[in-house]
Amino acid sequence: MYDIKALYEAESVEHAIRLLIEHPEAQIIAGGSDVLVQMREGKRAGKELVSIYGLDEMRGVSYEADGAIRIGSLTSFSHITRDPIIQKHINVLGEAVDMVGGPQIRNIGTIGGNTCNGVTSADSASTLHAWDAVVEITGPDGARRIPIHDFYIKAGVVDLRPGEIQTAIIIPKEAYEGYYGHYIKYAMRNAMDIATTGCSVNVRLSADKKTIEDARIAYGVAGPVPMRAPSAEKAAEGKPVSEETVKAFAETVLEDINPRDSWRASKAFRQHIAVVLAKRALKESIRLAGGEVNE
Amino acid sequence: MSKQYKLVSCTINGKQVEKMVDVRASLTDMLRDDYRLTSVKKGCEVGECGACNVIIDGECFNSCIYLAVWAEGKEILTLEGLAGPNGEISDIQQAFIDEAAVQCGFCSPGFIMSAVEILEAKREFSDDEIRKLMSGHLCRCTGYENIFRAVKKTMLRRLGKEKEADEV
Repeated sequence: MYDIKALYEAESVEHAIRLLIEHPEAQIIAGGSDVLVQMREGKRAGKELVSIYGLDEMRGVSYEADGAIRIGSLTSFSHITRDPIIQKHINVLGEAVDMVGGPQIRNIGTIGGNTCNGVTSADSASTLHAWDAVVEITGPDGARRIPIHDFYIKAGVVDLRPGEIQTAIIIPKEAYEGYYGHYIKYAMRNAMDIATTGCSVNVRLSADKKTIEDARIAYGVAGPVPMRAPSAEKAAEGKPVSEETVKAFAETVLEDINPRDSWRASKAFRQHIAVVLAKRALKESIRLAGGEVNE
Repeated sequence: MSKQYKLVSCTINGKQVEKMVDVRASLTDMLRDDYRLTSVKKGCEVGECGACNVIIDGECFNSCIYLAVWAEGKEILTLEGLAGPNGEISDIQQAFIDEAAVQCGFCSPGFIMSAVEILEAKREFSDDEIRKLMSGHLCRCTGYENIFRAVKKTMLRRLGKEKEADEV
């Protein structure tokens, strides 16, 4: 038994919004792999819950009219990994969420929950940042869309106002077309572990595969929230595909990131692996894009 | 609070059932307390050890972090559902015995249900794939090699690869 004060099950998005307004103290529960665990730990014990788990309208991956990829917020990690649209255009997202927890967790955990908990180590978050994802939030006044960067306010806090729920994550067409990416999770175990640091990189190369037209990089656990490394991106933009470019890109990362000492790893160690991961992830992204870095 | 109950109808091990369930119950609570399906173990109760793993609509879930009310309309399979018409155990259970993959037995039902999801895919997985698919479980007795062998052998046998299975 969980120490739940009351459970309200939403039957539609509109119903969920109504329930949240009627019960302002209530916590939203999607898959529950964070909320129920925190409840068990006592952190959220005795709370009211609004369950949105039954809302199938918020599941699945589809194209929007303008070619953007729409991922319903309740889509589970395993369904994202297996989805043909994800595999075709942004396979790295499927690979990244395939590193969350273990198989059973990936069947219950949702991409919406992974971002709404505002945690820096979320395996989906760095890739979503690196692909300019847009978050769709639906509330009493309708739906609004904001860049994922602005969705994160501070550690554990996201831009969800009273009565609002996150309904979808959107990858615009211009953000995925022509890009190839790679995610590396650095953790102590291969399963059931949280990233010490996670790094997601993607590139768009010129037609002759000799120039990096655009490079994007984002980290988890390099600061209080997932973050991009804009200086590093600038250091690679328009540069030739070469060992020097990769090196400059990776080293410039240190100007942007701000990891901390924690029981998992020291700041110095995180800075060290951030550079190594940037290098490896960029090289792999270049390879996936059809380019070659000569050593 | 005043007690809150909900009628939950679902299919458990092929049988259509329904009961009034406390909304605070996890699916583990419901399966153990209301349906006496005690193969579903209470281990960590925070979704880390996999002892409570069951199959819901063809996918594995840790029933400890799954609300019982979410089972409405779902098809649930627990270890008890693997038994044959006269209570015979299944090939994967026999393989766990043959490979000495069971010691205290607490993790076994969870492991076996993950193995069932692998076997139901009816294809051959690589060693690394099997390890990854079984990685949501903890065993503190036998270690994992015997469990891995039991799963791999059963997978190969079901695919008609007797000779390869014997060589595992």
